[in-house]
Amino acid sequence: MKTYKNTGNIDTRSGFGAGLAELGKSNPDVVALCADLTGSLKMDEFKNNHPDRFFQIGIAEANMIGIAAGMTIGGKIPFTGTFANFSTGRVYDQIRQSVAYSGKNVKICASHAGLTLGEDGATHQILEDLGLMKMLPGMTVINTCDYNQTKAATIAIAEYDGPVYLRFGRPKVANFTPVDQTFKIGKAVTLTEGNDVTIIATGHLVWEALEAAKELDEKGISAEVINIHTIKPLDETAILKSVRKTKCVVTAEEHNMLGGLGESVARTLALNHPAPQEFVATEDTFGESGEPLMLLDKYGLNAKAISEKAEAVILRKE
Amino acid sequence: MSTTQHLQDFVTQVRRDILRQVHQVNSGHPGGSLGCAEFFSILYQEVMEYSSDFDMDGKNEDLFFLSNGHISPVFYSVLSRSGFFPVEELKTFRKIDSRLQGHPTTHEGLPGVRIASGSLGQGMSVAIGAALTKKMNKDSHLIYSLHGDGELQEGQNWEAILYAGSKGVDNLIATIDYNKKQIDGATDDVLPLGDLKKKFEAFDWKVLELKEGNDIEAIKKTLAEAKALTGKKQPVVILMETEMGNGVDFMMGTHAWHGKAPNDEQLEVALSQNPETLGDY
Repeated sequence: MKTYKNTGNIDTRSGFGAGLAELGKSNPDVVALCADLTGSLKMDEFKNNHPDRFFQIGIAEANMIGIAAGMTIGGKIPFTGTFANFSTGRVYDQIRQSVAYSGKNVKICASHAGLTLGEDGATHQILEDLGLMKMLPGMTVINTCDYNQTKAATIAIAEYDGPVYLRFGRPKVANFTPVDQTFKIGKAVTLTEGNDVTIIATGHLVWEALEAAKELDEKGISAEVINIHTIKPLDETAILKSVRKTKCVVTAEEHNMLGGLGESVARTLALNHPAPQEFVATEDTFGESGEPLMLLDKYGLNAKAISEKAEAVILRKE
Repeated sequence: MSTTQHLQDFVTQVRRDILRQVHQVNSGHPGGSLGCAEFFSILYQEVMEYSSDFDMDGKNEDLFFLSNGHISPVFYSVLSRSGFFPVEELKTFRKIDSRLQGHPTTHEGLPGVRIASGSLGQGMSVAIGAALTKKMNKDSHLIYSLHGDGELQEGQNWEAILYAGSKGVDNLIATIDYNKKQIDGATDDVLPLGDLKKKFEAFDWKVLELKEGNDIEAIKKTLAEAKALTGKKQPVVILMETEMGNGVDFMMGTHAWHGKAPNDEQLEVALSQNPETLGDY
């Protein structure tokens, strides 16, 4: 089984900050907007290097989304930064009308997504954002897994013309994506090849899926792990190719089971190749305060949960 | 022909277009549209520098954003008669497969429209964004926007008003259609706006009061004054007092025609008060 080396724990939001800083140098049309969370979003380097292209909007996310939409008129590529909750739920109608329906080239960059925001609790831990964003026609939805991939995705979305939701997080997590790996929107990355079960993971749970694959391998179960960094458009070809081989699937995401990656995969399978599926996701619940790893364990969003679901789904194969 | 005569003819034709558009589909918003016929006509016929060969980026042009998108009939009439798309297309207003959606949108590619509006309160932020890009692009052209007075009840406006005032967005001229009416009745009865002049001034805006918002000369004078006030570290707002339903006697002095189309007989009366000038579509 192919294994991956963690080159050191680091937060995905720092990958965003590094990517944005690089865009600052390479693309003069890129501008950044922040709603009073510059440090949390790691936007300081861009802000310091390009004060004329950085806009502190204050705690006014609706205004930030609208300003970003307006800025595209005249050729700018605005990157907005705030927490995932305030990037989506708080400003859904602004995104819907002024960005998505208007077809504006705005990059909505969202940190602190999911339970791993930790101690701040459920007011800030959005678990519905992937669903909200993927339902918007024309919206590209990306959830990156580690620092390197977040940096690469940040750079890649500037080249793509259209609205994008880029989701990342707060905690320091394993960094294992090759530093030189090009980010292709909508193109899944197959991390391990296997025959018994397909594990389709996104965001922080991709590393957990790799850990689960190791546990399963020790039990003689061969798992194919796919990193779906783009929830929409979904790489249905990669999913179907794998599930046709393994005949069952586990999806894993730091998101509500309703409306997330798992449901997108289920739809794909139902239309093309029905197969047993198990979901590693929160079960229609809000989160709570706590340490990130303890929360992931309590809500069943880790390697242990993934391997258990993998064993369960294998038993459901006909 | 004097420019004033031309504008008067243009406004009258725009009123006919508004009435005929909403009548033909028995829906839409004639009241506010009629009240802003002069403003739109002057903006597009005399004030703004633009190319009717539409380009979304609008570099080196003045740009206009309509925030209260429900008054689309006046916007569509003026855009078409200013050369953005064929006047004939007004026939398709609110019909299936049309570029003239109930509320304006970029989605079907209608020339002249740069943002979707309809869900209220979003246009001020968009206008500010476009103004900031003009500054970054070292483009000295201006951003104009129009907002309903009732629309100011939406909180996002006040985020935007605070931002533009505090950050000195001084290439923006926002106009409030101050007709003091909204769907449910008088704005003073629904949710009073208080002293709008003082409120904008408290947010560091330059405020111009236009008491005769349906008078061509008064509007021209105020827009010229507003333009002269740009570039002075403050955004400019015009509180434009208009008469909802202006130009049709039975539609004036009431909020009843905010979102209601005239029937056949009412249309006939309304049109007779606004005789054809530039040719109906």
